[in-house]
Amino acid sequence: MTDTAKKRPEFRNINAFKDLTTYRMTAAAWTSILHRASGAVMFLLLPLVIWFFDTSVSSEVSFERFTSAFSSGLGIVPGWLLKLVSLGLIWGYLHHMFAGIRHLIMDIDHHAVNNQFGKTSGLTAIGLAIVLTLLLGARLFGLY
Amino acid sequence: MTDYGNKRTIVGAHYGMRDWLSQRVTAILMVLFTIALIAQVLLKHGPLGYDLWAGIFAAQWMKFLTFVVILALAYHAWVGMRNIWMDYIKPVGLRLVLEVFTIVWLLGCVGWGTQVLWRL
Repeated sequence: MTDTAKKRPEFRNINAFKDLTTYRMTAAAWTSILHRASGAVMFLLLPLVIWFFDTSVSSEVSFERFTSAFSSGLGIVPGWLLKLVSLGLIWGYLHHMFAGIRHLIMDIDHHAVNNQFGKTSGLTAIGLAIVLTLLLGARLFGLY
Repeated sequence: MTDYGNKRTIVGAHYGMRDWLSQRVTAILMVLFTIALIAQVLLKHGPLGYDLWAGIFAAQWMKFLTFVVILALAYHAWVGMRNIWMDYIKPVGLRLVLEVFTIVWLLGCVGWGTQVLWRL
């Protein structure tokens, strides 16, 4: 038994650079870590989102400030950077939502919990978020 | 839950089910809010300027929904962020500091968002 059984690698203290890079990242794994990463980014940028909400609804004067922040910048932050950060938020929201709906489907229908569905639904969530982000990004940067 | 005798529960903090369920309930609320908001932006007539945008949030039912969603978002983010800290941050002191930061950050945002909403 001990002769034939291959000794499996054992990680007691995972090194971010030596060990994590050797992981085989499946579509489901990418969906999962991007779900977590997008959630963390949205948490950190939440005050910016509330600032968007505040300035866009409070008054016509503040609405003007809201729109001009994207064209002529906000303090030391240039307009294009604010657009880029907003696009990052848009992607994060979309990915988090699609990956979350995928979780709900798996919660409701346990037949959906298998390798095949994990892969196809993961790729669908990642793909939908990227395609919609590109479409909205083109609009945000004035391509159409 | 039995806390005496030989059937007493001796493991777990038992917030797993509560966190799992609340994260899903709050998520569904946020999806419904997202659909309601996008539908109004797309279906309302006129140019998408201040009047149309602020008008969406000025409706009482939308204030109602937005307020609930602000609270739902904070609770959802709390569960998620605490999971992240519990997974990656092992020193309890540092984890406590980050958890307190998370609560302060989220409560501040809830207050700010609610203030904006109530002014409308």
